[in-house]
Amino acid sequence: MLANRRLILAHFWLSFAAFGIALVLGAWQMFVRSPLHTWLTDPEWYYRSLTAHGTVMAYVFPTLVAMGFGYAISESALEQRLIGVRWAWAGFWLVVAGAVMAMVPVALGRASVLYTFYPPLIGSPFYYIGIVLVVVGSWIWVALMSINLRGWRRTHPDTPVPLAMFAAVLGAYLWAWTAVGAALELLLQIIPVALGLKNTIDAGLARVFFSWTLHAIVYFWLIPTYIAYYVIVPRAIGGKVYSDTMARLAFILFLVVAMPIGIHHTFADPQVGSGFKFIHSAFTALVALPTLLTVFTICASVEIAGRLRGGRGLFGWLAALPWDNPIMLAVAFSFVLLGFGGAGGLINMSYQLNTSVHNTQWITGHFHLIFGGAIVIMYFAIAYDLWPHLTGRALPDLRLLRTQLWLWFVGMIVTTFPWHWVGILGMPRRMAYFDFTDPALSPEAMPVILSVIGAMILLASGILFLYILARAQAMPATDAGPYRFSEAVHPPVVLPLALNSYAIWVALMIGLTVTNYGYPIAVLAVRHDTSVAAVRVGAK
Amino acid sequence: MKELFSFRNPYFAAAFAITVIYFILSALAGLVVLPYAKGKVEFAGLWDAICSAAGLPLATPSSEPPPLPFKTSDAVLPSMTLAHPSQQSIGRGATLAQRCAICHGPTGISQADSPNLAGQYASVIYKQLLDFRSGARTNAVMSPFAANLSDQDIVDLAAYYAYLPRLPAYHPEPQIPLPHIVIYGAPLRGIAPCGSCHGSLDNKAGSPWLEGQSAVYIKAQLQALASGQRHNDINEQMRNIARAMTPEEIEQAARYYASQPPEVVKTTD
Repeated sequence: MLANRRLILAHFWLSFAAFGIALVLGAWQMFVRSPLHTWLTDPEWYYRSLTAHGTVMAYVFPTLVAMGFGYAISESALEQRLIGVRWAWAGFWLVVAGAVMAMVPVALGRASVLYTFYPPLIGSPFYYIGIVLVVVGSWIWVALMSINLRGWRRTHPDTPVPLAMFAAVLGAYLWAWTAVGAALELLLQIIPVALGLKNTIDAGLARVFFSWTLHAIVYFWLIPTYIAYYVIVPRAIGGKVYSDTMARLAFILFLVVAMPIGIHHTFADPQVGSGFKFIHSAFTALVALPTLLTVFTICASVEIAGRLRGGRGLFGWLAALPWDNPIMLAVAFSFVLLGFGGAGGLINMSYQLNTSVHNTQWITGHFHLIFGGAIVIMYFAIAYDLWPHLTGRALPDLRLLRTQLWLWFVGMIVTTFPWHWVGILGMPRRMAYFDFTDPALSPEAMPVILSVIGAMILLASGILFLYILARAQAMPATDAGPYRFSEAVHPPVVLPLALNSYAIWVALMIGLTVTNYGYPIAVLAVRHDTSVAAVRVGAK
Repeated sequence: MKELFSFRNPYFAAAFAITVIYFILSALAGLVVLPYAKGKVEFAGLWDAICSAAGLPLATPSSEPPPLPFKTSDAVLPSMTLAHPSQQSIGRGATLAQRCAICHGPTGISQADSPNLAGQYASVIYKQLLDFRSGARTNAVMSPFAANLSDQDIVDLAAYYAYLPRLPAYHPEPQIPLPHIVIYGAPLRGIAPCGSCHGSLDNKAGSPWLEGQSAVYIKAQLQALASGQRHNDINEQMRNIARAMTPEEIEQAARYYASQPPEVVKTTD
C-alpha cells in the first residue's frame, strides 16, 4: 500500500538526477588528473568540481534515498497512510532549496572548500547555509518517521514493530544525532566567520565536530543498504530471513557504536590526545560486529532460498540461486565489495597502520569502494525493486538491469583497486595534477590510467541506470500488487521491549558520545589560543 | 520506561555492563598503558602521563620555541581597517605619497626598478609599510621613510595607492609564453604555482599582483627571500618557495611578470 507514490518518486528522481550530475563530475576529475590529460592551467576548476561532487554524493544523494525509502517503508510495512504528508513535502522542498543554494556558490567558484569544509578555508556563507537547509529538511523526515511509528503503536500496542520500520526509524535517529556534530561546526564555527562576524576560527575544534558526523554519516548511508539486505533480498529470491532477532541486534549495534568513533578520521591531527585516539580506535573495532552479524544472517537467509529451490550439499545451494534475478546479483556484488572495503577499513581504523595510508589515495579508494560500491549498488537494487510499485509500470528487459549491475561492479573494482595501490605508493589525496614524468611518480601512471577506465565504466553504468528508470516510466501499466517485505523463518510474535524500542540504545549512543567526545571537545572549547586566521576562498 | 532502564532487564544490564567495561579497558590502555609504551617521554607521574595522553597541553621549558635572530612581521589586518576608505583618507594618502614619488613615480609607476604601486591591493601596501616600520623588512632607502609613519598614515597611503588606476608599466617586453613555474609550480618540490596566490589563478590576502613589475625587483626579492635576507613572510611561505626555485625559474618568473600588462589581473571586486 503505497499511497504517496508521487512523494517517494520525487525523492528518488531528484536523488538519482543529482547522482547522475555528480557522477559526470567525478569521471571528469579522474580523467583530468590522470596522465591522459595535460595539467589543468587553473586547478581551481578541479576543486570546484570536487566540492560539487562531494557535496552532492555525500549530502544530497544518500539523504534523499534514505528519506524516500523511509517513507515507502513507513507506508508499506506499517500498512498505514503516511502521517504528515505536507510536512514531508516541506522537507523535500527544503532539501531542494538547500541543494540549489549550496550549489550556486560552488559553481561560481566561491566555495571550493570540498564537502568536508576544511576550515580554516572559508567559502561563501550561502554554501554552508544551503547544507544546513538540506540537513533541516532531513530532520523533518526524522521527526515524521518517529511520528508515524508512534501513530502505529497506538493502534498496535505490544505488537512487534516490523523489522523494516524498526531499522528505518533507527537509521533516522542515528542521522538526527550524528548530524548534530556538523551542525555545531557550521553554526558555531564556520557560518559566523563566513558571514564576516569573526576573522578567526578554531580549526581543530571544527574538525573534531566534523569527525562526530563524518563516520556515523557513513552508517546513515549504509542503513538503507542493510535494510535492503534483510527485507528485500530474501523475499526477492524466494527465501526467508534467517533470524529477525539477529537483524535487530545488528541495527542496534550500529546505532550504539557508529557514533563514538569518528576521531579515527583525525589520527594525524595534533589537537586530540593520543589516548582518545586510541579509545576511538578501540570502539571502531566494534562496528565490525554488526557487519559480521549481517553477513552471517544474510548468507544463511540466501542459503535457505537456495535449498528451497532444490540446492543440495555443501555448496550446491549456491548454484541453485536465481542468478538471473538482479537483486540476487546486486547483493552478491555488494557483499564482495563490502568484503574488500571492510578489510581496508580495518587498516584505516588501526591507530598504527593508519599512518601509512592517512591522506593518501588509499582513503579515497576505500570510501568509493564502500559507499560507491557496496552501498550504492544496493540503492540501485532498492530502486529496481520499488520502481514497479511507484510507477505502476513494469521494468524493461531484465538483461539491461543485469548489464547495469555488472558494469557498476566491474567498474568499481577497476576504479578502486588501483586507487588503493597508488595510495600505498604514497600518492596524496586532493591534488589537481601530478608530475607523472618524475621517476618517483612514474610507477603510479599505469594504475591511475586503469582507474580512469574504471571511472568511464561507472559512468556508462550510471547513465544506463538512469535510462532504465526513465524507460520504465514509459512502459505499459501493470499492477505490481502491494509492496511486501521478507518474512523471517520465525516471525516475531512477542519481542522483549528492548528489541522493540529505542530508548536504551539512544541513551547509550548519547552516553558514549559524552564519554568519547566530551573531553576532547571541552578542552578545545575552553582554550583561547587555538584559533587561526580564516583563509577566505576567492577573496581579495 | 522504568522497567526498560532497570538492571533486572537483561538487555539493559548486559549492554550497560559491556559498554562500561569496554570503555574502561580502552581508556586504561589509551590513557595509561600507551603513554608509557611509547617510552620516549619521561613523565613526572601517572597523572602527568594521563594528562598527556588526554591531550592536555603541558607547558614545559623545552616547549618554548627558540628566539629568532631577527624580527618577524607583527602586522595584523582587521577586516574593516582598509574596507571602504573615505575620500579624506585617499586625499591624505595622495599628499603623503609625494614623498614616495621620487622612487615609485608620481603616478605610482616606477622608472627606477622600485615596485609599481598604482592599483596595488591596499592590504599589500599596508602590510609592507608596517613591516618596514617595525624592522621586520629592511631596506637602506625605504626603512627611513617608513620609520616615522603613523598608523593612520599607513592606512591612508594604502588607500591612495589602491585607488590609483593600474597603468601600463615602464618595463614593456614582448609577450612571452606562460612559464611552467607560474602556472603549475613544481609539485614535487612543494612549490605552488606563483599564480595561485599572486593573481592570474587566484589571489590570497596579502599577496601583491605582480604584472608589470620590474624584473630586476622581482628577481632581487626572490633572491633575498631565498637567502633569508628578507624574512617578513611570517609562515616562511615565500622563503620556502624561493629556496626551492632554480635560478632559471626565478629568471623566468621575473621576466614573465615584468612583460605582462596589468589589465590581466583577475579581480573579484
